[in-house]
Amino acid sequence: MTATSLSKEDLGAARRALRRRKLTAFLLVAPLLVFLLFAFVAPIGSMLFRSVHNPNVADLIPDTMELMDDWDGVSLPDESLMNQFAVDLKRLANDRTSGRLAGEVNRILPGSSSVIQSTARRMRTVDDDELQQNGAALLFDAHANWQQVPIWQAIRQSGNPYTIAHYLTALDLERTPSGEIQARDGPRIYVSLYIQSLRIALFITVLTFLLGYPLAYFIANAPIRLSNILLIFVLLPFWTSLLVRTTSWIALLQTNGVVNTALMGIGLTSSPFSMLYTEFATIIAMTHILLPFMILPLYSVMKGIDPSYLRAAMSMGGKPIPAFLRIYFPMTLPGLSAGALLVFIVSVGYYITPALVGGADGQMISNLIAFHMQQSNNWPLAAALGSLLLFVILLLYWTYDRLVGTKNLSFG
Amino acid sequence: MRELPAYYGFWHYLGHYGLRVLVALVLAFLMLPILIIIPLSFNVEPYFSFTEGMLRLDPDAYSTRWYEQVFNDPRWILSIKNSFIVGIAAATLSTVLGTIAAVGLASPVMPFKRLITALLLSPMIVPVIIIAAGMFFFYTRFNLVGSHLGLILAHAALGIPFVIITVTATLTGFDRSLYHAAIGMGASPLKAFWDIVIPLIRPGVISGGLFAFVTSFDEVVVVLFLAGPAQRTIPRQMFSGLREQINPTILAVATMLILISIALLVTLELLRRRSERIRMGTSA
Repeated sequence: MTATSLSKEDLGAARRALRRRKLTAFLLVAPLLVFLLFAFVAPIGSMLFRSVHNPNVADLIPDTMELMDDWDGVSLPDESLMNQFAVDLKRLANDRTSGRLAGEVNRILPGSSSVIQSTARRMRTVDDDELQQNGAALLFDAHANWQQVPIWQAIRQSGNPYTIAHYLTALDLERTPSGEIQARDGPRIYVSLYIQSLRIALFITVLTFLLGYPLAYFIANAPIRLSNILLIFVLLPFWTSLLVRTTSWIALLQTNGVVNTALMGIGLTSSPFSMLYTEFATIIAMTHILLPFMILPLYSVMKGIDPSYLRAAMSMGGKPIPAFLRIYFPMTLPGLSAGALLVFIVSVGYYITPALVGGADGQMISNLIAFHMQQSNNWPLAAALGSLLLFVILLLYWTYDRLVGTKNLSFG
Repeated sequence: MRELPAYYGFWHYLGHYGLRVLVALVLAFLMLPILIIIPLSFNVEPYFSFTEGMLRLDPDAYSTRWYEQVFNDPRWILSIKNSFIVGIAAATLSTVLGTIAAVGLASPVMPFKRLITALLLSPMIVPVIIIAAGMFFFYTRFNLVGSHLGLILAHAALGIPFVIITVTATLTGFDRSLYHAAIGMGASPLKAFWDIVIPLIRPGVISGGLFAFVTSFDEVVVVLFLAGPAQRTIPRQMFSGLREQINPTILAVATMLILISIALLVTLELLRRRSERIRMGTSA
């Protein structure tokens, strides 16, 4: 009989037992979840937050920013605001932090940096009372730009702690002083770098497929002893340090490196090719590094395919190529899609290899993120670029999960 | 060599031999760049290429001077020490947390299984540069930037997916009734876990730990963002060496790392076989 024959108590006990099992399972996972929330999720969250939140200017000149609230933003600000700004600027100059303000404003209105810096130097020697009274006049005296609206608009814009300005920059857009969004003048550096990263990643994916498919096929169909040896050939590079493999490509591709010496030695060329520090170097080194990611999932799918299907097709008169394409290839698609998406996702966000062998034209979006983090110190822009990259990756991962499922991920 | 079937025509032969040539070329592409490092690291000259003397196999063209230099350079010594400290600590942390979580995750009644699995695997999918930048922003607040602890936490997070994947794979071959039998005979859940589950999944746990260790041992992007001079690791030292002044001490270190990878590969293969034997139920 069905559940109706169970007493109420039995049902309750069964439900309680199930709840207890669920709770036990969840409690086992809980410590790791807490750890990852702190060590991984929160950092990603703070990067996303950073991309829209930049309190630098608001922290530097809080009093001026408060007066900015009452300004209409179109005409020249009133004198009290300018006086307060002059006082703030003197304080910054004495704290040696006026450079930070100059840098932030300069990102919105190029050329403002020198205006702010030179004015700050002049304000340093004036005493506070004088600045409270005549700050505006002193500013006008220091630089003519203070008599115009744009620099004040730029300061107000940079002082807003919440902004999508960095996303606009990351997409090569800008906001006009009147608030409209338009394409920025000049070359579209960021968008074209995203496109370049996707293009390089696609190229590498195709290359790993062309090189990896025949090898995976051969290993999957070889006698067990041979296939075990050949698998080591795939797994050893997989386990070898990324830095080691990048180093070897530097040794190979240098102007006086192994490849050029060999080519000149056998007389194929009289002068060395410059291969290192190019897009070519990025692509070939990354193809080498990511090839195992393509071969291993392909191999595990191919191992499960009965070779007699193909043999049957061919013995019944099927031509090898159509037989292969129509019988065998479709059966390997799960492995191929797993390998291809894995290679593509990993290579879109690659940093180390392009940084070391890519030179100027072999850079990817990650290299620009690192540049803005470490050299130009434009952290909010780095965060916005990173968030867009993360969005692209998550979209791909979601597609991957829908098509293949994360269950198929395995390592050798 | 096997006899080729009688129905083979021109295209079959072309496919048959063409495939073998292609396979040989791809295998060379995979292995040569790694193998070439080893002889170059014994170059007596400070170059990254073969000298004429080396090609003539002249013993004077070879030397171990770069190896001596590595072990006499306090920066390399420090980075080797740091790599092991951070790697072992991070691997221990992610193996312990990851194994316990994988056991919970393997339960058929685990709530939100799909979502949680995706979250646990995500450190592998999110580009390291994004993780590193985010950690830099977040860890600064807790003074974890420029500390060993910060690096250990970061690397442990990166190792989690590998532990989850390997331990989960071992657990799919694990007969849960053994655990329930132990409970039924009066063992506490903890004791049953420790005495029954752990010994059976041990090979998977150890390979997961090795994966986590290698992940940390090979990681450089997070180190670039989070480490101060006192936390330099081997890959970090190699990275700056390759950027600033290229010299063959890097090749000597690279050769030693290749030997470590070979040792790891052998260990993992042995563990895999052992795990397979346990699954087949023929283990001693």
